[in-house]
Order: sequence, then C-alpha cells, then structure tokens
Amino acid sequence: MRIAPEEILETIKMIEDLNLDIRTVTMGISLYDCSDSSIKDTKKKVREKILRLAKDLKKEAVALENKYGLPIVNTRISITPVSLFYPAKDVVSLVELSECLDGIAKELDIDFIGGFGCLVHKGETAIDSMVISSLPFVLSQTAKVCSFVNVASTRSGINMDAILTMGKVIKDIAEKTGDKDSVGCAKLVVFANAVEDNPFMAGAFHGPGEPECTINIGVSGPGVVKYALKKLGKEANLGEVAETIKKVAFKITRAGELIGKEVARRLGVSFGILDLSLAPTPAVGDSVAEILEAMGLESAGCFGSVAALFILNDAVKKGGLFASSSVGGLSGAFIPVSEDKGMIDAVKRGSLNMEMLMAMTSVCSVGLDMIVIPGDTPEDILSAIIADEAAIGVANNKTTGVRIIPAYGKKVGDFVQFGGLLGEAPVMDINTFSPKNFINRGGRVPSPVIGFRN
Amino acid sequence: MESKVVITVLGEDRVGIVATISNLLASHNINIEDITQKILKGNIFAMIMLVDMQKSDIDLVGLRKNLEEKSKELGMKITAHDLDLFNYMHRI
Repeated sequence: MRIAPEEILETIKMIEDLNLDIRTVTMGISLYDCSDSSIKDTKKKVREKILRLAKDLKKEAVALENKYGLPIVNTRISITPVSLFYPAKDVVSLVELSECLDGIAKELDIDFIGGFGCLVHKGETAIDSMVISSLPFVLSQTAKVCSFVNVASTRSGINMDAILTMGKVIKDIAEKTGDKDSVGCAKLVVFANAVEDNPFMAGAFHGPGEPECTINIGVSGPGVVKYALKKLGKEANLGEVAETIKKVAFKITRAGELIGKEVARRLGVSFGILDLSLAPTPAVGDSVAEILEAMGLESAGCFGSVAALFILNDAVKKGGLFASSSVGGLSGAFIPVSEDKGMIDAVKRGSLNMEMLMAMTSVCSVGLDMIVIPGDTPEDILSAIIADEAAIGVANNKTTGVRIIPAYGKKVGDFVQFGGLLGEAPVMDINTFSPKNFINRGGRVPSPVIGFRN
Repeated sequence: MESKVVITVLGEDRVGIVATISNLLASHNINIEDITQKILKGNIFAMIMLVDMQKSDIDLVGLRKNLEEKSKELGMKITAHDLDLFNYMHRI
C-alpha cells in the first residue's frame, strides 16, 4: 500500500474524532449582467442566473461528502455586492431584492447567501447610502442573507463618516431583531481591507475582480491542531510548536483542495481559492482558544495570548501556502467568541476581555468576531470599536472585521443563544467612557505611509 | 463510480473480523487488493484494507451502510474513504 497505515489512521482520527471538516463550499456568482433599473426585472434575472449556476451545488456537495467521507458543513453563495449591480432608487426595492435572495437560498437549500453590502472605504455613492439604510430591514426580515460594509483600506484610509453611520445601523439591527437576541447583527461584518474571494460568512462577497462563477472552499480543523500540539508535549520549544502546526495545516489544506477542485469540476466552473481558516464551532474540542491553551496558556486571554495567536496564525498560513497554489480568502485563525466553547469559557472565568480580544485581532486572520456586549451600549462606542479595528487593519495592511452584537435588553453577565454554528455567548463588559466627541468629528482618516507602495 | 477505497476497522481484537468483512465485500463483488493489520497501543486492533469497487454492485454510500451494520455486530469502528483523500493529504 502506498500510504502507510499510520497515515491512514491519522486521517481517520482527524475526521472521526477531531472535527476536521470542509466548513463551506461557497459558489461565487457575478451578477453584473443582472443589472436592470426595474426591480421586477432585476429579481427575475438574479433568480434565473443563480438557479441556473447553483442548482446542483448542494447535490454535488453531498455527493462529495459521501465519496470522501469528509463532512461538508455548509454550502453558500456569494454574489457581486448589491451596490455594484443594482441601481437602486429606493430602500424598499433593496429590501425586496434581499427577500428574493433569501427565497433563492431557501429554494436551493443552501445555508447562507452573502454580498448584500457595499464598499465605501473612500466614500459613499447614493446607492451605497441606500444599501446601508436598508440593512436593518434586510437583516431583520431575511434569514439567510448576509451583509458586509467595507469602511476602510490601507490604500485609501478610514471613512469615519461611514463608521459613524454603522454604529447607528448596528444598534438599529439589534433592536429590530431584539426578540431573537439581536441575531441580525451576527449577519453583518464591517470590514477594513475586505477580500474579494472570502468563502466565510457573514462577510463573503464576490468581488469586482472575480470571474463569472467560481468555487471557493473554506476548510477548518482547530481540533486537529490542538491534538497535534498535545501529542508534541510540553517540553517542545515554540519553534517546534510552529513547525508542528505548519505540518498539520498542510494536510488539512490538501484535503480542502481535493474537494474544491472536484466540486468545481463537477459543476463545470472554475476553482477559485482555498481558505484555510481555523474556524471554531461550539462543539467540544473544535476551539481555537483550546489551541492557545495547549500551547501553554492557563486560559485564553491571559498575557501571552497575542504571541501564541501570532505563532498559530503565521504557521497555519505557511503550511497552507505550501500545500496549495490557490490559497486565498482570509486564511489563518478566527477568534469568534460565541462560536468557540473555549473562548466562552475564558470569558466566563474572567480571563478574556474586550481589550485582549482587540489586541489579538492584530495578529489573527480577521477581527472582533461574534462578541456580545450590553444592549444599551451607545452607538458612538460601537463606532469607536469599529474605528479601532479599522485602524489595526489599515496600519498593519491586513483584513480586520467587526461582527459585534449589542444584544437588545441584555446586560453584562446575561447569556444569549443564536443556535447552530453561531453558538451562544455571555454578554461582555466594555469600557463605557465616551469616545463621542472623537467619533462625531467624522471625515476621512488619511491612508498610512505603508499604503503608498507603488 | 468510486474505484479505490480504503476501509479501516478499529477496536478490540476478536475472532472473525477479517472473515466478516471479507465475506461482505465478496458478496458485493468488491475486490480486496491489500490488507494490513496492526496492534496499536492499548491493545487496539487495526485493520486497513485497500479495495477496488469498480465492479461492485453497490456504491460507497451503500458500502458504508453495510459496514455500519457489521460494525454494530462486531462492536468495532469501521470507516470507508476514497483513496484519493489519503493521497492528497499525505503525498505531494
């Protein structure tokens, strides 16, 4: 046999016991050719195109799951940002379009459809403004539609006017979905340096530079990394720790590439990218926090967390890059709170707070993710949190995002439950001193020196 | 149809494991190309088979269903995966 028994058993263990999975098969679809000034005709064209290209997406994902015995957790679709293909004249028609997209997602039996958003890092068009205004309605009236707004980039700086607006919008979404623990906020990411080919929700969209239709794959497996580190033992130095993570990341990435190429081939579309992101789930052992703890931290969030996460994130990227020439998206380690049992426990025991989470986002693959804060948090604090994250992203030339939930009517210590992959989380304490006068200045923060590389 | 498949059987050693699985495979016209057996740490028996399903009268999902029944009978954990997965993960 060409493959050694140990290698076969290693793979089996990864799948059976350590939650190695293909987190998502995301089909990116360009909707530029669906542009029409009439909402009725736009909806018709959008519907026809998505149903034509994605009709077998779920079926083929299930077929491959069966063929390789590797779980494919989600199937998703990302579309051209609505602001770029639909010349909206009013908010009502945008909400109508979102309901159409929601219906398509339900009809195709996929998990999410992303791209209901806009890129405003340098300024807003009239359509962008309407898209942003529509978000509280869209995210409260649809189930599967996900949204993003890109408010900053290293190249163009930080749009503080948009950030000011997003604080209000998030508050509004939280209130409109208050009966469901403000779950609407879990479907919106406010980005700096958003990437065009990210397969992960809520922030996936099919960027302007993308082809007609493409398959992007998100692979995950925090449990696999944790197990490898446990096996390595406590005596190994951090160079050896990094090396171990790199090797594991390589194997996980290869599994993802196999599935990605095969799905794309079967659907007759191009294979886009593979995003190796250690994306935790609420399942026991499927946790990024537990990896940090396996590296030697008493509890995630204690000092040393930034350094440990840096080692992890960098080693994951290196292993992934060697394994596939198609690595893209966000690739690294996600640190959501509600989706990671280890993070939740760390918050509960008082070792993980907002400040440390924010510091960790300077070295993780995205940003502040699935963090629940008190419902009465003023909108200027929400804006200031977004501004801090945007600054980290812009200054470090990396993607950062904010997916924060000011849970309506909830106080510090309360618990909210979103269910499924979105998980559950304790409401975290935040610094309530006011950034109001700073945030209300608005304007555009100029791009940093590192933005001028040409 | 899937062709080369890796079957693993893990659990406490007992009489008749190889016979049970081989009979099942033969009854569906699945050819065994290679068998490896090992005793792992903690006295766990591991058997790995490489089989060819080209002429089989069932597909991989059907095979898994059959193996699932045998796994209950034998009290062992049995998996079946396409060989490509292992090639991709462990070979460049």
